[in-house]
This record gives sequence, C-alpha cells and structure tokens, in this order.
Amino acid sequence: MTQVHIKYFASLREALGPGGVHTTAAQTVGQLRDELIALGGAHAQALAKSRPVRAALNQVMSAEDQALSEGCGVAFFPPVTGG
Amino acid sequence: MAERVAIQTADFDLSTEVAALRAGDQRVGAVCSFIGTVRDRHVNLERGSAVTQGEVQSLELEHYPGMTEKAIEAMIDAALARFDIYAARVVHRVGLLQPTDQVVLVAVSSAHRGESFAACQFLMDYLKTQAPFWKKEVTPEGARWVDARVSDDAALARWGLELGNG
Repeated sequence: MTQVHIKYFASLREALGPGGVHTTAAQTVGQLRDELIALGGAHAQALAKSRPVRAALNQVMSAEDQALSEGCGVAFFPPVTGG
Repeated sequence: MAERVAIQTADFDLSTEVAALRAGDQRVGAVCSFIGTVRDRHVNLERGSAVTQGEVQSLELEHYPGMTEKAIEAMIDAALARFDIYAARVVHRVGLLQPTDQVVLVAVSSAHRGESFAACQFLMDYLKTQAPFWKKEVTPEGARWVDARVSDDAALARWGLELGNG
C-alpha cells in the first residue's frame, strides 16, 4: 500500500473538497483515479472517464500511466483555462 | 537576476515590468509584451462552437500554488532554449477580477524583433494549455467554470508540442 497526498482543484474541488492523505493499492495515476471512481457518489461523477480530467504527479502534468511512489502528490483537475 | 514569474492578486504595471526586464542591458534591441484582460462577455463553448454570449460581472481565478510557478519556469526555460532571447517575465493574477482588469503579462527581450515576437506567442500558447489556472465567470445566470478551448491546443501544436489539455 502506498500513501499519497491528493489535491483537487476548480470544479473537482467544489465537488470533492480539497483532498487529503489517501492510502492506496494503485500503482499508477490512472489506477488511483479508477479506485476513487469506485468509491461511488460524488467521486464517481466528478472523476468519470467520460469527463476530461487532467492529473499532475508531484506538481508536473502527468499521464495516467505514471507510477505512484510513497508520499507522492497527485492532483486531479479539469482542463486548464488561464491566460 | 530578476524574478521571472509572479503569481499575484495585485495589478501590475507594464512600464515597471518592462524596465525591470530590460535592466539597462545594452544588448537588447527588442521587447515584445502581451497583456490579457478580462472581457465583459463570455462565449459558452461546446467543443469549439460558440453557443451563447452573455454578460460577465466578474471573474474568479484559481491556481495550484507551487505547481503554477514551476510550470511557468519550465516554459521560460523552453523559450530560452528555443529562441534567441535574453530574458522573459510572466505575471499572472489570481483571485477576483472585474471586466477591463489586466490578467496576464508576458514580456520578452531579444536583440531583434522576430525572436521576441515568436517567444512571446510561444509562452502564451504554452501557458494557456499547460499552466494550472482555472477561470470561473460570474454572470447574471450564476457562476460557471470556463470551458477549455480546442483552438488553444491547436495553437500549441503549431510549435510542435502535442501536449493537449484534457
């Protein structure tokens, strides 16, 4: 099991809160998303595969196949709209 | 060396920023700057096609502290590696903004105009799809998160960067 620090931003933060420490069996960012979807309810809705959700691993934009490590930070958020 | 990136709630002053960027460097023959401002109307996008237009009363900008600065620093490194420029500065505001307010500044210095024009556009194209900021518009019908534009991905792809945004 791996301990990860999860953060949510924008519409995901409004639906799921700011995030927190989470213990997971997931090996990758994508598997972590699947695990959170399996919680059901707001998580299943906000992180649904049909929605454009982006992720960052340790504050770098990340693909879903990136590997998690103990104590890493994973953020989930909608497509960015700055500028 | 001056700070290259600032994320702030406060407004910024173009003249002050450009003076700091030039810093009396006698090699500089060109400075190109871009300022993004808050519009009073929004376009509701459904994957690229304009559906409705409406009034924007205010704009709320959220960001990912720490990652935002890191991401923009990396973009400036990429611009310095790709173009023959001397320096770049990016200022991006967060928090509650009103129509006509300044949101973002990108300024680049170089010996000749072509390189600073190109680097300025490259940095803005990069920032639009890869810097973690999110806009929420407050309209008479309520608040809504702004949709990402497919055209912004295309703008970045021009530079050979197929990074996408969701």
